[in-house]
Amino acid sequence: MNLSITIQIAKTHLLSKKRQTLVAMLGVTFGIAMFITMISFMQGVNQFLEDSALDASPHVRMYNEVNTQRPALIDQLNRSDSAFNVIYHQKPKEQLSRLKNGFLIARRIEQEPGVLGVSPQLSTQAFYNNGPIQISGTIAGVDIDRENRLYNLKSRLKSGTIEALRSNPNGLIMGNVLARKLNVREGDKVSVTTPTGGTMILRVVGTFGFGIGTVDNTKSYANLSTVQEILQKDASYVTDIHIKMFDPLLALPLGKKLRAIYGYYTEDWATANSAILAGEKIRNVMTFVVSMTLLVVAGFGIYNIMNMNVINKIKDIAILKATGFEGKDIVLIFLLQAVFIGVLGGLLGLLIGFVLSYLLSITPFNAGDFLSIKTFPVIFDLKYYGMGLLFGLITTVLAGYFPSRKASKVDPVSILRG
Amino acid sequence: MEKVLKASHFNKYFTEPDRFQVLKDVTFEVNKGEFLAIVGKSGCGKSTLLYLLSTMDTEYEGTLEINGQTLTGRSQDYLSKFRNEHLGFVFQFHFLLPEFTTLQNVMLPALKLGKYSEKEVEHRAYEKLKMIGMEDHARKLSSKLSGGQQQRVAIARALINDPTIVMGDEPTGNLDKTNTGIVFDIFREIAQENHQTIIAVTHDPDFAAGCDRVIEMSDGIIISSHENQV
Repeated sequence: MNLSITIQIAKTHLLSKKRQTLVAMLGVTFGIAMFITMISFMQGVNQFLEDSALDASPHVRMYNEVNTQRPALIDQLNRSDSAFNVIYHQKPKEQLSRLKNGFLIARRIEQEPGVLGVSPQLSTQAFYNNGPIQISGTIAGVDIDRENRLYNLKSRLKSGTIEALRSNPNGLIMGNVLARKLNVREGDKVSVTTPTGGTMILRVVGTFGFGIGTVDNTKSYANLSTVQEILQKDASYVTDIHIKMFDPLLALPLGKKLRAIYGYYTEDWATANSAILAGEKIRNVMTFVVSMTLLVVAGFGIYNIMNMNVINKIKDIAILKATGFEGKDIVLIFLLQAVFIGVLGGLLGLLIGFVLSYLLSITPFNAGDFLSIKTFPVIFDLKYYGMGLLFGLITTVLAGYFPSRKASKVDPVSILRG
Repeated sequence: MEKVLKASHFNKYFTEPDRFQVLKDVTFEVNKGEFLAIVGKSGCGKSTLLYLLSTMDTEYEGTLEINGQTLTGRSQDYLSKFRNEHLGFVFQFHFLLPEFTTLQNVMLPALKLGKYSEKEVEHRAYEKLKMIGMEDHARKLSSKLSGGQQQRVAIARALINDPTIVMGDEPTGNLDKTNTGIVFDIFREIAQENHQTIIAVTHDPDFAAGCDRVIEMSDGIIISSHENQV
């Protein structure tokens, strides 16, 4: 009963000053619309960068770190403090970067919970020759089906098929930028030379594009056995094991665990992409700071208008108090107005924010070869809309509360005596 | 005679700009159904006294008792509820809520009281408007009414909860002769027929002459209290 009367009074106040109500509402609307647009866009950018970086890199990569630093033999044998040993120009020992029992390890890792796929592979530096052109890059010998499971290669092929690689022992799937530089396309031949001197002529059966310059520029896939042949290694020679998880966050403890079990160096995606993750954090902070500023400005707008409203209505407040309305009724009357402005302005802001971010998501954007996007990346997530409405509501309630409290403290005697 | 209001030993000070005693040991009682006028020159403290009686001003010395309840030292919320139920006010400058219709203005205090359903409240508000001859203007915005009409609506609003006491601060101070007459007659009628008590501060000698009793104040003290022979 009491609530309905305060609602009725609040409604009448709002409707009698439509223009003022609208202006206050538009402040919130603008703030929230910008908040939605900015956060959708920023998160879209973050997600896109993260995806494109993580898609092309394994969650955990296991490899044998070749360490050329080693103590001299004589230092190990003769460590007395009195004598000192001088060795000039010590050569590093030859060390293979192979993973011993690589296939067995891969099979075992596959049994671990949460593992999406494991791909043992052989990766090496290589020169690609096509006539007089010589470009350095890397070549990875893989089981193409396993690799496809990890990186969804099929969807990234620009030409050719992965079946063609499987059926052609001398096939090669090449990064599309590298292929363009070499001026080769599907069906053309390329000579591949490894640092150890092995050379082989391979036929390009496909090209792929991850949308990441450093990969598309340098990398090619061949069959594992082919690369082993170029390097003149046996059939169990692998240098890397790439692991993908269902949940990327589980990769971090798994990496540590594998390192402890097998003694090989493991690198997880967070370490490998720490620059991207740091950038993401900074962008997040920026987004929130700007959005909060917008909302605070909107809040001050409401505060001003509600304050004016209270001053304009000071006689009405006095008369309401004289006829028996309590302080809390008065607070409620004005707070309800602020909440109404906040909710309606907020909802309108969500709508406008959605429209703006939709427009942004269909705006053409050419990022060149480095990023594989045609329009601005935007994320539509209900979470942000909920957050926008919540922040909008908190700001308006705060901005409305202080004037309302002032209103409730109006001394009716001083007003009514005139 | 039943007493509805007892004011004993009221002292009131203004502290701005200097400490100044407005009321000096004012003591009086009011009977049920009495039509009382408080008169005096400007600055004699009669309005101040009225606002103390209205419970809106709580900074005073002395004790106030209305309807057998001691109101001195009560919380603001309690006093709000008490005003809502037991007191009605009519001010010099009508003071209706301009965005509301005449009917809504009259209904508000009753809706706040919450004793009757909205339908009943509306019915009662119509009756009060009929009594003061304003039922034709019920649906009009109150800001569209003339001063005299607004003052009559304010009286209807003061009466909606059937208060024990109706207080008026110069209720006719802003009205012409005809409207003053109408307002006075309404007061007279509710005092006689409903046995509601009227306490009005007034400058108007004719208004005062028509009341049951006149209290005259000067410099913060009651200098005379006499009953009129009607």
